[in-house]
Amino acid sequence: MQTLDLDQIDLRGLNATLQAAGVGADRAFEIANPRGAHAIAVGLTAPIEVTVRGSTGYYCAGMNQQASVRVAGSAGPGVAENMMSGRVVIDGDASQYAGATAHGGLLVVRGNASSRCGISLKGADIVVHGNVGHMSAFMAQAGNLVVLGDAGDALGDSLYEAQIFVRGRVKSLGADCIEKQMRPEHADRLRHLLAEAGAPTDPSEFRRYGSARKLYNFDVDNAGAY
Amino acid sequence: MDDTPRTHPVKPWTFDDHTNSYIRRAAATGIYDIRGGGSKRRLPHFDDLLFLGASMSRYPLEGYRERCDTAVTLGTRHAKRPVKLDIPITIAGMSFGALSGQAKEALGRGANAAGTSTTTGDGGMTAEERGHSDKLVYQYLPSRYGMNPDDLRKADAIEIVVGQGAKPGGGGMLLGQKISDRVAGMRTLPKGIDQRSACRHPDWTGPDDLEIKILELREITGWQVPIYVKIGGARPYFDTALAVKAGADVVVLDGMQGGTAATQDVFIEHVGQPTLACIRPAVTALQELGVHREVQLVLSGGIRTGADVAKALALGADAVSIGTAALIALGDNDPAHEAEYRALGTTAGAYDDWHEGRDPAGITTQDPALAARLDPVAAGRRLANYLKVMTLEAQTIARACGKSHVLNLEPEDLCALTVEAAAMSGVPLAGTDWIPGRG
Repeated sequence: MQTLDLDQIDLRGLNATLQAAGVGADRAFEIANPRGAHAIAVGLTAPIEVTVRGSTGYYCAGMNQQASVRVAGSAGPGVAENMMSGRVVIDGDASQYAGATAHGGLLVVRGNASSRCGISLKGADIVVHGNVGHMSAFMAQAGNLVVLGDAGDALGDSLYEAQIFVRGRVKSLGADCIEKQMRPEHADRLRHLLAEAGAPTDPSEFRRYGSARKLYNFDVDNAGAY
Repeated sequence: MDDTPRTHPVKPWTFDDHTNSYIRRAAATGIYDIRGGGSKRRLPHFDDLLFLGASMSRYPLEGYRERCDTAVTLGTRHAKRPVKLDIPITIAGMSFGALSGQAKEALGRGANAAGTSTTTGDGGMTAEERGHSDKLVYQYLPSRYGMNPDDLRKADAIEIVVGQGAKPGGGGMLLGQKISDRVAGMRTLPKGIDQRSACRHPDWTGPDDLEIKILELREITGWQVPIYVKIGGARPYFDTALAVKAGADVVVLDGMQGGTAATQDVFIEHVGQPTLACIRPAVTALQELGVHREVQLVLSGGIRTGADVAKALALGADAVSIGTAALIALGDNDPAHEAEYRALGTTAGAYDDWHEGRDPAGITTQDPALAARLDPVAAGRRLANYLKVMTLEAQTIARACGKSHVLNLEPEDLCALTVEAAAMSGVPLAGTDWIPGRG
């Protein structure tokens, strides 16, 4: 394992090293002294393993492709934003916009995630062991948001085709988001995601939420909902 | 019949025929009007400015003989590979989805021939678009539809869209009629539904965040390509200053004559400032920060002629961008389609229901039969011709003002025809040395 110490190299050197990795023998990296720096381990494209020893600032693992990134601390806003594939695990909490617009891959937050978790989600899976803040899965298009704790206000507001699973209490649902029946295929998918995220839990403890699809085409009679 | 003389019937100014038709339409449908394009109202514009030309105290350059350069470089502040253009006219962001594939190809062909750039739009980058554009600017929009780091790395520049002139503060809507299988797939949404484009970015808020977002984009692209920030003409002084503070290489400033694929008419006509009113505050902000010409300014919104180009440059822009004018060059609103425009309840020159996808010219549509009407090679040639004419016109004016490069044009070369234009553009009213607001 190669250690990249942000007390010794700058951000550009760090990311350039990680972005160039994947063809040689070094496929595992440890990042020391992140001290909340922004844009750590962004734009990775190879199936390498990166462990960040500490907390990160904005956009850690942004636009990740194939890499497996673990933050042994908490993550600032926009962790794993627009992730395409791979796996990002946050041992602590995640700030707002976690997994925003992510197209693929798996984001696991072992602590809580703040507001707008999974905003405009486009196909990735997000599993939060704790709670999520308000407006989570806002305008989420595809993928799954799994919450083992509680969800804040306006969950799934203006939701498209993403699926939301919550084990705890939902403070309120957003516009066009409704509770839906948990069919066997949903339970199977949920069981798989929980196992992948290291949170084996009985899917029957969850409720499923999705789009009512009433706002998909503009209708003036729904103007009050917009 | 009473022979008493009567005054002529008078229709009220306030309730004119158009206003009355608006009321009747609203009463019948219960829905506001959505349309494409930019503001149609009469606004102070570049027509209200004139060049002074050379005289006893200014020495002109010989037309067709003495050199007058037009090349501009955008993104010199931080990027390792700035965008080098042969002409100071770029093609504005327009999406595949809003436009047909043939129209996007034609834009690329025309821009290539003229040595300039095109720009993607909402929905991401298509392989054809990349293939047909030598220099392609990749828009990074709030919706992030089709946003893909592989495409990001293929771009020659990245344009973070904060707003656009037709609707500062507004998002967008691509109506279901234009959502083909391919468009739906690119945007990860079901076919046939109205696709909202968000008005705010999902993962940053305000200029402090934007600075970090720009850092992320630079780290992902290795600091190779310029980062543009596009703003609508709302508060150009502050927005330009904040974009510079956030680290923009280029500020793209779009006035309210700038077009949109689809927005509420009330938004287009009543929110934002005219292009002419936007440019001087933006240039002032750049000058006060000491970055004028280091952070380039690209102006858009109602640019039509070489004179408009020259006036924008004289007021301090480094380049301009065209959208609506480029579509007209391709064939949009051509009187040749008048019968079909009539059938759609409109007329050539007024057609603006771009969101409905029934464009007789085959430009703002995803209907395969309509789209096939546009020959991308011929349309691209028309655009190249048009760009060439505008460039020649700008050179003609620049030479007449004694400038060996179009970027050497300056406010001192201009006067204003109206008090409003003088106040907005910061040049003297014709025949005076008076600039309203400056004593």
